[in-house]
Parts: sequence; structure tokens; C-alpha cells
Amino acid sequence: MAAAELHVELVAADRQVWSGEATLVVARTTSGDIGVMPGHQPLLGVLESGPVTIRTSDGGTVVAAAHGGFISFADNKLSLLAEIAELADEIDVQRVERELERAKAEGDASAERRADVRLRAVAAR
Amino acid sequence: MGAQLRVYKRRIKSVTATKKITKAMEMIAASRVVKAQRKVAASAPYATELTRAVTAVGTGSNTRHPLTTEAETPIRSAVLLLTSDRGLAGAFNSNAIKAAEQLTARLEAEGKEVDTYIVGRRGLAHYNFRERKVVESWSGFTDEPTYADAKKVAAPLIEAIEKETADGGVDELHIVYTEFVSMMTQNAVDGRLLPLRLDEVAAESTGKGEILPLYDFEPSAEDVLDALLPRYVESRIYNAMLQSAASKHAATRRAMKSATDNAGELITTLSRLANAARQAEITQEISEIVGGSAALADATAGSDR
Repeated sequence: MAAAELHVELVAADRQVWSGEATLVVARTTSGDIGVMPGHQPLLGVLESGPVTIRTSDGGTVVAAAHGGFISFADNKLSLLAEIAELADEIDVQRVERELERAKAEGDASAERRADVRLRAVAAR
Repeated sequence: MGAQLRVYKRRIKSVTATKKITKAMEMIAASRVVKAQRKVAASAPYATELTRAVTAVGTGSNTRHPLTTEAETPIRSAVLLLTSDRGLAGAFNSNAIKAAEQLTARLEAEGKEVDTYIVGRRGLAHYNFRERKVVESWSGFTDEPTYADAKKVAAPLIEAIEKETADGGVDELHIVYTEFVSMMTQNAVDGRLLPLRLDEVAAESTGKGEILPLYDFEPSAEDVLDALLPRYVESRIYNAMLQSAASKHAATRRAMKSATDNAGELITTLSRLANAARQAEITQEISEIVGGSAALADATAGSDR
């Protein structure tokens, strides 16, 4: 019988974004969404830019926007590595919407995608 | 006031002003070291996790990847040298440059061509002055490097290593930076980033003979490795840049501390000299007065007779 929860570390290149216990983590890999629960087999995958949903063991939900990166799971420890990652709570919606408009106007595809991921993370909260 | 005394006073004033400046610079550097150290610590979790993941793929699969396989006869190496934009940091930059030159000499002795990449104006100025070829250089962010800066630096290096050697690509990537050991100790070190020595990386990440589990790769081991290795290089460069920045600030702090101490010493010496000059002046004045009055007394005594 596997443990009821897994330990999650969400780290960005320059800081630790979130860490704690969770019962389910859903992230988007290049081959589709993947949900990891305690006792999952060891896994190492490439993440797409997208929202990551973490169901914490106290029943709450943490949503973060991860821009590319990796997911790795072993020994009931899950690490989410992203170059840039931010919690949905930290995202300033109005600013992102302005960024999105500017990116669209300038035709900056990567900036547009980044803003889009942030907005989706906020919507999933 | 005598001319001599005036000169001393002027020098004391100017040294005092210099001392104030160096003292301020010392304090600024000291606060920046702490900040830079904090950034090094904040980047550690990402670097450790990434190293762990690289080790897991490298050892857990028998994928062959250009970034992990050693060329049979490496003919070209890239050397990335991290220096600072500004001086006033004692031997910080010259130590890093010296380490890079030793590495270059060693690689050339092994019969490899060396492509030099430089971060920081100081290093670039050194190479330009000697008219050595630099493939690419970056500056303007060495005091507080961000991850985006590291990406910018890493991009052409990764591109060079992925290119075929015949088309101007490189087989190896070395990095020379100043390792931050403590406030007092910083060492210029060189290390090979690529091709990866997996056993070394493994020893670094797991430590005490921990066995890595057999991972399930998503989508496949090659794809994971493809995505992982550039990030690994970026994170190593980022870490080196942060350490280099912390070391630079620590070196500045030390250099400015000794400058302040020296200025203090100079002020003591100069004030002693000024005191002696003043005393000599007073002594001379007294002897002049005494001599004058004696002469006057002699003259009046003579007229009495």
C-alpha cells in the first residue's frame, strides 16, 4: 500500500516556488496531460508550457503556470522543474492581459504564449 | 603656516577623502555579497534537481547523445571565461584570466583548437589588447546576472557543440569562473561542462551511493535528454555566473577594505610628519625670537656704555 501523499517541489531557475505534500499533481507533458498520484512508477517527462495543478493533502488546490521544464517522480517525491514558474495567486491578471495585447500587436509568438499560459493558470484556479 | 606644513595638510585632506570613498565602496560591496550569496542559494534547488534528472537519464538508459558522448579525436574546444565588467576587485579578474590562459595552453598542448567566449568587459579588454580572437562576448550584467542572461550566453555555446566539428562546431565545452568558497576565499576554477562525465555528475548529485530508480520516460529517453541537456548547461552557466558575481563583490570588499586601511595608515604617517613640521616651525620661530632679542639686548647693552 502506497503512502497517501507525495512530496512536491516546484522549483524555478532562480527560486523555489512551492513545496509541500499533495495527493495529486496534474501537469501537461509533450505527449499529453499526466496525473501523478502517490505510488506512481518512477517517471521523467518533458513539460509543455501550461498550468500545473497540485491538490494539496489538506484539500486545497495550488495552480501554477510553468513555462517549459521537466517533471520527475521517484520515491514518492515529485519535482517540477521550470525555467520560469509562478503561482496563479502571484499573477496580476490585468498586467498579463496588457502583455497579451501587446504581444499580439507586435506578433511576438513566444510572449503571447507565455501570457496565455498565465491566464489559463489563473482561470484554472 | 610654513610651505612644508601646508603640503602635508593638503595631502592629509585628499587621503581622507579617498578613505571615505573606499569605505563607502567596501560597505556597498559587503551588502552586495550577501545578496549575491542569497541568489546562489536560491538557484541551488533547481540545479540539484536538474543534475539528478540528468544523471537519471544518463545512467538509466543507454541513449547516445552528442552532448554526452566523447568525440574520439576532439579537435576544437570552446572555453567560456567569466570575468566582471568593473575592476577595483584586487586580483579577481587577473586570476580568472590566468586560469583561462593556463587551460587554453593545456588544450592547445593536447592539439586542440580553442574558441574563446568571454563574459565581462575586463576579460574582453584583456583579450582585445593582446589582439586575441574572441568568438563572442557579453557584458553589462555581471554584477547581477539573471537566468535570461545565462540563457543568452548558453545559446551560441549549445549551438556550437551541436554543430559538426567540420562545419566549425566544437567537441568540448569548458568553463572558467571564480568559485565562491567563503567571504575570504574565492578560487578561479576551470571545469568541463560537456561532454558530460556522467560518473562525476552522479557522484555530485547522489553522494552516498544512492541507487537511482528505473524511470519511465515521457515521451522517450532521447527526447527527455534532448530537452534536459541544454537546460543543464544553462543552469550550470547560471550558477557559475552567480558565483562569479558573489566572488567579485567579495574581492571588491576585500580590496576596498585594504585600501581603507592603507589610507588610514597614510593619514597617521602624514599627521606625524605634519606635527613634526609644525614643531620644527615653532622651534625655529622661538630660536629666531630668542636670537633677535639677544641681539637687541647686546645692542642696547653696548649703547649704555
